Amino acid sequence: MPEPRRPLPRPTPETRHFWDGARAGELRVQRCRACGRAYFPPRPFCPHCASGDVEVFRASGRATLYSYVIHHRPVPGFTPPYAIAVVQLEEGPRMMTNLVDVAQTPEALVLDMPLEVVFQKQDDAISLPVFRPARIDRAGFKPAGKPT
Amino acid sequence: MIRGKVAIVGAAETSELGEIPDKSQLELHADAARNALADCGLTPKDIDGVATAGESPVGIAHYLGITPRWLDGTQVGGCSFMIHVRHAAAAIAAGYCETVLITHGQSGRSRVGVGGFPGGPATLSGQFEAPYGTAGPPTVFTIPVLRYMKDFGLTHEQLAMVAVVQREWAGRNPRAMYRDPLSVDDVRKSRLIAYPFHLLECCLVTDGGGALVLVSAERARDFPKRPVYVLGTGESSETPMVSQMEDFTTSRAFRVSGKAAFSEAGIAPGDVDHLMIYDAFAHLPIYGLEDLGFVPRGEAGRFIWDGNTRPGGKLPLNTNGGGLSYTHTGMYGMFALQESVRQVRGTAPAQVPGVHISVAHGVGGMFAAAGTVVLADAPG
Repeated sequence: MPEPRRPLPRPTPETRHFWDGARAGELRVQRCRACGRAYFPPRPFCPHCASGDVEVFRASGRATLYSYVIHHRPVPGFTPPYAIAVVQLEEGPRMMTNLVDVAQTPEALVLDMPLEVVFQKQDDAISLPVFRPARIDRAGFKPAGKPT
Repeated sequence: MIRGKVAIVGAAETSELGEIPDKSQLELHADAARNALADCGLTPKDIDGVATAGESPVGIAHYLGITPRWLDGTQVGGCSFMIHVRHAAAAIAAGYCETVLITHGQSGRSRVGVGGFPGGPATLSGQFEAPYGTAGPPTVFTIPVLRYMKDFGLTHEQLAMVAVVQREWAGRNPRAMYRDPLSVDDVRKSRLIAYPFHLLECCLVTDGGGALVLVSAERARDFPKRPVYVLGTGESSETPMVSQMEDFTTSRAFRVSGKAAFSEAGIAPGDVDHLMIYDAFAHLPIYGLEDLGFVPRGEAGRFIWDGNTRPGGKLPLNTNGGGLSYTHTGMYGMFALQESVRQVRGTAPAQVPGVHISVAHGVGGMFAAAGTVVLADAPG
């Protein structure tokens, strides 16, 4: 019997650029040309100022750990315990993800730790962006701070 | 302004709660509806407005034999019923209908006659959350709390205390599913579900339902039970994806909904004698206390730890035992409303003395939506 797989996304016209990017090893998010803010998840207009003048760009892949849970129950395609995390991209938007190359423990997973994106190929169509502790030189990298 | 113009005259839950394998979900709606109609001496022929979630109001009206002039199928999760109260009050005040029935029934535990959950791999949450191993509310509703703990210093023990205090209330309620006293240590030693949440910090999964009947304040005095007036209401939504909340330490939907309800009612938090905050998980009363303005930001964990919400405390909270100990069918908001009605009527099993104003605040989805209802023993 094949191993049970995790649920995979089915791209829509509005999200196609994101999944095409992930397959190519790029984290592609959107930015509004009118107000300058980056946003996620994908849509063809800015959620902040409603402008339709938006563009897709390649994000740096740098992020910080915003929050998470460590799930202890079985889920198809996962071996518990595993963390379900929300990361904050350097450009501002947040996204849900998994954390790799790090122990799935409260001690190892410290909020605001710097992370970087890597891509896990699931099949010919879908690669998922996941994050690991940052290894690259991060000159000028600003971790997400406490909300004010 | 609808303030005080509409009242709840009938309120009841299903005859049984907990595990009800011999009733379909539709029949749980009907059982609750018939009990609420009996509570106010009406029959389905007297009802001309129907609101529900989880089933279509069309199906409920047909099953019960109602010819509606007004329908509301607002379905935004467990707070849908708070929002139904709000919409019903506006509809009655506008003359769209005169007598509204709001029903809830859910076979959350036995799964008899239950439809599937909506959503799929092409939805936004199907694309951007489900691939990372989310598996229902315990893995999603819970994600914000570590951020709250880091930013405001909430401790694991304070989180556990929420469950301990609510079990104290449940111990006074014969219909509560779990009634034995708990300690912080008991909660902390229960099985980890999704760190930092243990089993006893997660809600029950039960079968049951409840229903309400609303009429204008003028007519309300002619019914057998003391009317419970709708003094103020609010509703809002934020995001269907928890990962996209603006701030993991506060709910925008809670703030918008709560502010609207308190403003319409013309009250401040200090005027509230009794409070229900939908507790699917132990952190929700903490967010609710702060976002509704009962305590300053970052202080709710300490407020509960210090005993302010327990029996005899200055702000009795979740006095039926809550979703953590009383019952939780899936969309629990109806049960928070039922307990607020009982407290204002003076008929609750764990009755708080002198309840003139009660607030029932609900959440829908995982911080996706909110509804708030201010109830009172006088129209204002």
